[in-house]
Amino acid sequence: MFHRESGYFKTSYQADMALFPLPIGKVAVVGLGLLFFVVFPIVMDDYYLTLVNLASIAVVGALGLNILLGYTGQISIGHAAFMSVGAYTAANFAVHFDLPFWINIPAGGLMAAAIGLLVGLPSLRVKGLYLAIATLAAQFIIEWTLNHTPAISGGVQASIEMPRPVIFGKTIASATEMYFFLLPIVVIAILATMNLVRSRIGRAFVAIRDQEIAAEIIGINVYRYKLLAFAISSFYAGVAGVMATYYYGVANYEAFQLPISIDYLAMIIIGGLGSVLGSVFGAIFITLLPFGVRIFMETVGVFFVDGNYLAQVIAQMRLIIFGGLIIFFLVVEPEGLNKLWQNIRNYFRVWPFSY
Amino acid sequence: MEWQFFIELVTNGVLTGLMYSLVAVGFVLIYKSTEAINFAQGEFCMIAAIVVAGFIKLHGFPVWAAIGVGLVFMLVFNWGLERIVLRPMIGRPVVAIIMATIGLALMFRGLGPLIFGAETRPIPLPIPDEPIIWGPFFMAPIDLLGAGISLGFMAIFGWFFMKTRKGVAMRAVADSHQVSMAMGINVERYFVLAWMLAGVVALLGGLVWGSAIGVDTQLAALGLKVFPVVILGGLDSILGVIVGGIIIGVVEAISAGYIDPYVGGGTKDFTPYVLMILVLMFRPYGIFGKPIIERI
Repeated sequence: MFHRESGYFKTSYQADMALFPLPIGKVAVVGLGLLFFVVFPIVMDDYYLTLVNLASIAVVGALGLNILLGYTGQISIGHAAFMSVGAYTAANFAVHFDLPFWINIPAGGLMAAAIGLLVGLPSLRVKGLYLAIATLAAQFIIEWTLNHTPAISGGVQASIEMPRPVIFGKTIASATEMYFFLLPIVVIAILATMNLVRSRIGRAFVAIRDQEIAAEIIGINVYRYKLLAFAISSFYAGVAGVMATYYYGVANYEAFQLPISIDYLAMIIIGGLGSVLGSVFGAIFITLLPFGVRIFMETVGVFFVDGNYLAQVIAQMRLIIFGGLIIFFLVVEPEGLNKLWQNIRNYFRVWPFSY
Repeated sequence: MEWQFFIELVTNGVLTGLMYSLVAVGFVLIYKSTEAINFAQGEFCMIAAIVVAGFIKLHGFPVWAAIGVGLVFMLVFNWGLERIVLRPMIGRPVVAIIMATIGLALMFRGLGPLIFGAETRPIPLPIPDEPIIWGPFFMAPIDLLGAGISLGFMAIFGWFFMKTRKGVAMRAVADSHQVSMAMGINVERYFVLAWMLAGVVALLGGLVWGSAIGVDTQLAALGLKVFPVVILGGLDSILGVIVGGIIIGVVEAISAGYIDPYVGGGTKDFTPYVLMILVLMFRPYGIFGKPIIERI
């Protein structure tokens, strides 16, 4: 189990692309599985499970954005808008057609993917800055459309109440049940992404990101794969949107506005562009950050800040720390938390030697 | 009556549009010379206005002195920003620069109210409040002043870029960093200059908008109006900023006047972006922009 590598002995491409290059990987996965499926629900109370639930929604969304931005190199500032598309689709299906969650989740994803394809169309003509602004426009246009179309977002203040999901006749209500409802989706999303990026499609994405002209020359249909990346990314966003809707119990466009899109961008920048593990790290980190800031301010900050202003200062501190972290990671560690983790891992991998 | 309403909308649209141009020109200045995309231009205006309003309110400065403080602050501040944040980003992918400026924007939104307090403050410029009525035209003095400042500064910038040595050097830097280096231009110095100029413009934008709608973090939303304006006018054209600003202002005013009653508001934030998407589809480099042919 604990063995040391003495060199690079891979003789086939399959071995190089394996999900578990080392046996310890399997042990780690079993350990993580035990931790998440057995230990967490037992030792954690509802408050902490709520945080884990929020993080698991963010993980799915961040994975989607990372496929688009990290692997294919196409920026999108409208990620949250796709989440709202998924959210409203699922809410309408659940309310009007009384459909179960296992139809609603893929349906929300597919609808978001369709809209994503539409938004991805400019990517055929423009890139970089122009694409960023086009997706920003998509964010506003989708938001406005949802808000002003009662047929989609009926009810008061453009929100639809979402019935709770039912599994085998059991209604999901408590944080623990919600945890077991969301976690399998996260596991599927992570596995799907890991396999996607080492497949033919994933390699095409990376080729487009690294050098579009070269990719075209070696026979990759750049347009098709760019659109595919938009569709897949929006599918993830849609699924995350449905998860969020089930979690909050209500579909409302206000939960998916521009700041949320920026949150997701920050997740994958801080976590690490073009890395599955990085998306997970980033999603957890950004989700927990506001809670961390609040705890810090409530314990340490009270000595510096008048109690009446504390809530306000916490909100401001959150923005400052959030923005500061984005800049810090961009300037100092562009590869994000994933790189830090790799450094730690590589250190122990070759310990006690330095290489 | 109908045509009078229309004229009123158009006049207001033109004036507001020129005020948008004032914000957008900062973006263009930076993009032109450094190729950095500044998503924080609205926040620059906000922070400048917050500093000025804060010094008037908290320290009892007269308006002109507060504006002086604001000017010095913006120059030093943008110089520091260029040095610390933007310079390490030179040559990095577009995404990285966009995210860095978004990060800056978020920080400003937290820092401004943290230091100067979060309440909405006025900037009392010495101008009358009563609207000016001239024939069928009906204008607020602050809008008129804003539009005037905007046009005046565009003229100054036009002269600066065309006639002065520094302006010509900046155009050279915008054209090609390598060639200008070879010609003996200190490219990095002009990057700093561009950011400092953008800071000055942001101060003006912040003053005008701050006295028009009041100073708080809401002012940062101006930054979102910048993109339709610059895309429409062309990313690297000063003239384009004026024309784009006017078009966006008029479109906004007309859509708000004629569509809002039917859909219940909010069209103002929506139509500029629809227009922008159309421009992106058919003429991505805008009306006056330099077409960049990039085959893929």
